[in-house]
Amino acid sequence: MFVINCPYCGERDQQEFKAGGEAHIERPKQPTELSDDEWAEYLFMRKNIKGVQYERWNHAHGCRKWFNMVRDTSNDEIKAIYKMGEKPPSI
Amino acid sequence: MGNKYSVFSLIKNALSYHENWQRAWKDPAPKKEYDAVIVGGGGHGLATAYYLAKKHDMKNIAVVEKGWIGGGNTGRNTTIIRSNYLWDASAGLYDHALKIWEGLSQELNYNVMFSQRGVMNLAHNLQDVRDLKRRTHANRLNGIDAVYLSTEEVKKFCPIINTSQDIRYPVLGGTLQRRAGTARHDAVAWGYARGADEMGVDIIQNCEVKGIKRNGDTVEGLETTKGFIKTKKIGVVAAGHSSVIANMAGIRLPLESKPLQALVSEPVKPIIDTVVMSNAVHAYVSQSDKGELVIGAGTDDYVSYTQKGSHQIVEGTLNAILELYPIFSRMRMLRQWGGIVDICPDASPILSKTSIKGLYFNCGWGTGGFKATPGSGDLFAHTIANDEPHKLNAAFNLNRFVSGDLVDEHGAAAVAH
Repeated sequence: MFVINCPYCGERDQQEFKAGGEAHIERPKQPTELSDDEWAEYLFMRKNIKGVQYERWNHAHGCRKWFNMVRDTSNDEIKAIYKMGEKPPSI
Repeated sequence: MGNKYSVFSLIKNALSYHENWQRAWKDPAPKKEYDAVIVGGGGHGLATAYYLAKKHDMKNIAVVEKGWIGGGNTGRNTTIIRSNYLWDASAGLYDHALKIWEGLSQELNYNVMFSQRGVMNLAHNLQDVRDLKRRTHANRLNGIDAVYLSTEEVKKFCPIINTSQDIRYPVLGGTLQRRAGTARHDAVAWGYARGADEMGVDIIQNCEVKGIKRNGDTVEGLETTKGFIKTKKIGVVAAGHSSVIANMAGIRLPLESKPLQALVSEPVKPIIDTVVMSNAVHAYVSQSDKGELVIGAGTDDYVSYTQKGSHQIVEGTLNAILELYPIFSRMRMLRQWGGIVDICPDASPILSKTSIKGLYFNCGWGTGGFKATPGSGDLFAHTIANDEPHKLNAAFNLNRFVSGDLVDEHGAAAVAH
């Protein structure tokens, strides 16, 4: 349980937010060309990092906007928050 | 068995004030090389080692555990055992485990306190009713005992449930598996550890895996905090940390690790003599032999390895519990904890070979692995020993995420994923 600094609303309790999983997984540009292995990779395989992970969050019970977060999953410490489309910070 | 537990050994040791009991397993330093190494000394890992030694005659094997045995999810779950899953593949897997549970205390000469007190799953809306009836039929076709109960029958089986139709999610019925129940989770780890140790398995605690050495597509050994261990076969049974180990080997898994919470109350006299689970409102409860209510909460929706979990998850569960069991309104909770569960997209486990020769994974049990411990160990041992899955775990291969042949058990998993 932690506090998240929504880039649009400011600091709010984590329970207002919905986690959206790993960030920067690019949707295949040409889905019809994809092999089964590539589909599996895109749909199911996840880094699931213990440590610093880039992920998407949604302020579900607030502004309902999506944004990105860099968080250490070993201690839930938030390293950075940035808007969709912005360049991910290197941590 | 060197130190068989019996009424006679109890009397004999009583005469020496219980000061001369032999230790149940040794504490060896790792050898340089093993025929197989199991990573993870929880119930599933220890059971794997036990069946490798017992059924496949592999005696030169080790279990490496980063903490102490049974200190992870084995000691953190809510001890529920059942096999009422929907699909044929799951029914085969979980009922195989349940059948082993039924004779496990005798087999291990260790009381795992397996108690077939029944598990009831409640329905709170029309879709629940349809789903649970369908699951009951599917179970019976697979030879698994299951009955559908009306609201009155639910009340009769567990009188403290509030079956008033005025509550927010009234009880419309439920299913009952009478062969299901609970067991003492720690005893399962200890019993398997003792049994494996007896057959010569080295159980190495406080030994964390730091790397997996590969030669091309073949494993050569493990880097650990107690040095390099050479082996041709590695069985990874690391639950929430499976992805961490997979990363060392350079393979990807379809897992997300999330905190799952549980809590227990102060001990009280016997009040609930079965296990009641409710999927829709997310409340499940049973009572331990010590008298504590054992309550399982849900998972958080974000990846975390913190073994904590969020407060609102517990609050939501307790809200539902209080509506279903008003009698618990003044109970005080003693302890709360979290475990890290590795969740698969289809809520079914992976017991599989990998693209690397000699590397096997048993993971993805998500929120419900304890019930499968003996079956999982047995089938994973078979997979490691023969380099081929047993027919009961063939469907639970890693390749199903490529072929699309998923085993969707979100309905029967009971804890919202």
